[in-house]
Amino acid sequence: MENTQSNSANPRMDLNFRRKKNAEDMKFQVIAFALTIFLTLVAFVAVGYDGFSHWFIVPFILLLAVVQVGFQLYYFMHMSHKGHEAVAFFLYSGSLVGAITILTFVTIVWL
Amino acid sequence: MSTYAQKKGIGATIWDYLTTVDHKKIAILYLIAGGLFFVVGGLEAMFIRIQLAVPNNDFVSAGLFNEIITMHGTTMIFLAAMPLLFGFMNAVMPLQIGARDVAFPFLNSLGFWLFFFGGVFLNLSWFLGGAPDAGWTSYASLSLASPGHGVDFYVLGLQISGAGTLIGGINFLVTIINMRAPGMTYMRMPLFTWSTFVASALILFAFPPLTVGLFLMLFDRMFGANFFDAAAGGNTIIWEHLFWIFGHPEVYILILPAFGIFSEIFATFSRKRLFGYSSMVFATVLIGFLGFMVWAHHMFTVGLGPIANAIFAVATMAIAVPTGIKIFNWLMTMWGGSIRFTTPMLYAVAFIPSFVAGGVTGIMNAVAPADYQFHDSYFVVAHFHYVIVGGVVLGLLAGAHFYWPKMFGTMLNEFLGKITFWLFLIGFHLTFFIQHFLGLMGMPRRVFTFMEGQGLETGNLVSSIGAFFMAAAIIILLINVVITSVKNEKVGNDPWGDGRTLEWAIPSPPPFYNFKQLPLVRGLDPYWLEKMEGKKGMMPAEPIGDIHMPNNSFIPFVLSMGMFIAAFGAMYQVDDKPWAIPVLILGLLIVFGSMFIRSIKDDHGFHIHKEDLLDEDDKEVKA
Ligand code: HEM
Ligand SMILES: [Cu+2]
Repeated sequence: MENTQSNSANPRMDLNFRRKKNAEDMKFQVIAFALTIFLTLVAFVAVGYDGFSHWFIVPFILLLAVVQVGFQLYYFMHMSHKGHEAVAFFLYSGSLVGAITILTFVTIVWL
Repeated sequence: MSTYAQKKGIGATIWDYLTTVDHKKIAILYLIAGGLFFVVGGLEAMFIRIQLAVPNNDFVSAGLFNEIITMHGTTMIFLAAMPLLFGFMNAVMPLQIGARDVAFPFLNSLGFWLFFFGGVFLNLSWFLGGAPDAGWTSYASLSLASPGHGVDFYVLGLQISGAGTLIGGINFLVTIINMRAPGMTYMRMPLFTWSTFVASALILFAFPPLTVGLFLMLFDRMFGANFFDAAAGGNTIIWEHLFWIFGHPEVYILILPAFGIFSEIFATFSRKRLFGYSSMVFATVLIGFLGFMVWAHHMFTVGLGPIANAIFAVATMAIAVPTGIKIFNWLMTMWGGSIRFTTPMLYAVAFIPSFVAGGVTGIMNAVAPADYQFHDSYFVVAHFHYVIVGGVVLGLLAGAHFYWPKMFGTMLNEFLGKITFWLFLIGFHLTFFIQHFLGLMGMPRRVFTFMEGQGLETGNLVSSIGAFFMAAAIIILLINVVITSVKNEKVGNDPWGDGRTLEWAIPSPPPFYNFKQLPLVRGLDPYWLEKMEGKKGMMPAEPIGDIHMPNNSFIPFVLSMGMFIAAFGAMYQVDDKPWAIPVLILGLLIVFGSMFIRSIKDDHGFHIHKEDLLDEDDKEVKA
């Protein structure tokens, strides 16, 4: 008897809704999964192809990596769902602070 | 101490505190340990001021002086100010949001013991061949050249206590995000809770750079790496960056909770809702963000170049804007309020001009070209003592008087409290105001003596006299604490009579489960709202039911002690002592053993049964 209360009176309804939602999520996950694989292949091709210079390949792969992280967070870890606002806020502020630090190091310490 | 604990023997009480996971008891532990380190740091400060009272003094030698200033700064920031604030956060924040404890009670206790053992380790350096002597900033070129084990004590001690702080910060974040009572939305949280939240977020992002810096330093000093050794291809400036990426947010980790305490005090004793609540929240969050974008203002004279200096100068000045918003909101809160000048309120009122003075010299320091003149002079010393003593320490003293009845159930004597206040305030301004001018006259920072006939005598003497006033103030505070504890006159729920937030709706000190029924929060300042509608207490948000509580645990203590032992091994292996590596291994075995036991042992806690809670109600009615 802990102090936990369900906030819905009808458990059936909740279940139906959740089922539909899960099916939808599953669809997105599969699509995201396919896209991830595709992007990975693109990355391999970019490195393997002789025609591109390093100045293209490195930023391009980093960009792909960022997209992949987005897929991971939003589709596999459900960050788009309600109740993840605080997490998202902290992730973005952390990235911002980290990015500023790296920018400073690149501009005035290492180069 | 609660009457509950006093009925037990002294041994049982000590065991209770060694194993406790109750946020209120951990708060008391933080208060005791932080208070102890505050006294140690204070003694060091007195030695500094005695040495500098007259020219050509030889009260301490130059080398010892360096050790004293290093330990003074390090102790005050890491082992006194921050833990004391953690004490208030632990004591008050869960009550303010209507929670029964923090999110991870076990980790809360682990955080405390790591801090404590780290602090003890650092201070043992005094007895084991000399304390660190490279300043609290421990700049790499200097600290790598420092002989003996002093700087090793700094690196290892801060690493251990820093881990404790990080754990504490994360715990507070999770608590505030997940454990607010029904109706306690973010925009209804009291400002002290808000500032705890932002300060904890700063801890989350600021401590990792320090950890990295300390690790690199550890490897440079103990394992022959060359991260900071320019002669071997390293870069000594990287330490400065890492340290200040941590260091500037750190000063906001200290000041924001103090702002929070003052916000509560202003509203309570002006008997008014805090003016501009939402702008206060906004300003707090904004300060948190900007705090990460200004660190290089500590490095203007390093030679980062005009563009970098200009960017960081402008960013630094921008912080004055949200800070100004806060100052005006506090003034407007008092405006038209029916003000009661209790001891906490005196501190709050005195804080405003003191802190503004520190902020103004901050802006002066932020003018990069001017900082070439101010840097490493007593002007900077005056600046940061105005913000830290005039802001943080006044906040701590105000909080001690304000929350004492909630934590201990007794009221500190108001008369003695006011004597403490006046002595401290006068002493503070005597000590530090004149240091601005000493700095402008060319007295460099961190010198162990000065010569006659340079016009520095009077200023330094005045400064030293002020320090004795502050010492007297703290002694009277301690006497006050003793008298109050001996008298032991219990007070009710809302001893100030004007409490606004949830903590004042429950007994002082609160029962170990805090809230028999979680309260329903209907707005900002929920307890005040109910009182204004003629109600005695909060409306419950749930029926009385069983309450789940965590069990006490001795593991945090043992685990932290394992780190402490391992640190000795790590440090002395440099000298090829045969016992060092075994000690290192033994310590780590204790650490991992504790973790292992914690992981495999099922500990589901216990329940307080509904019947017992109802019984208690009956007893209260009869008594
Ligand atoms: C308006 C706000 C502030 C501004 C613009 C500001 C600016 C500065 C600047 C530019 C310096 C470097 C001076 C130098 O070394 O040449 C400095 C040093 C310092 N400030 Fe502030 N500051 C502000 C608020 C604070 C606060 C709130 C605290 C602490 C609670 C603080 C604590 C310190 C400390 C400890 C140092 C010296 C660090 C050291 O070198 O050991 N400051 N400040
Ligand atoms: Cu700073």
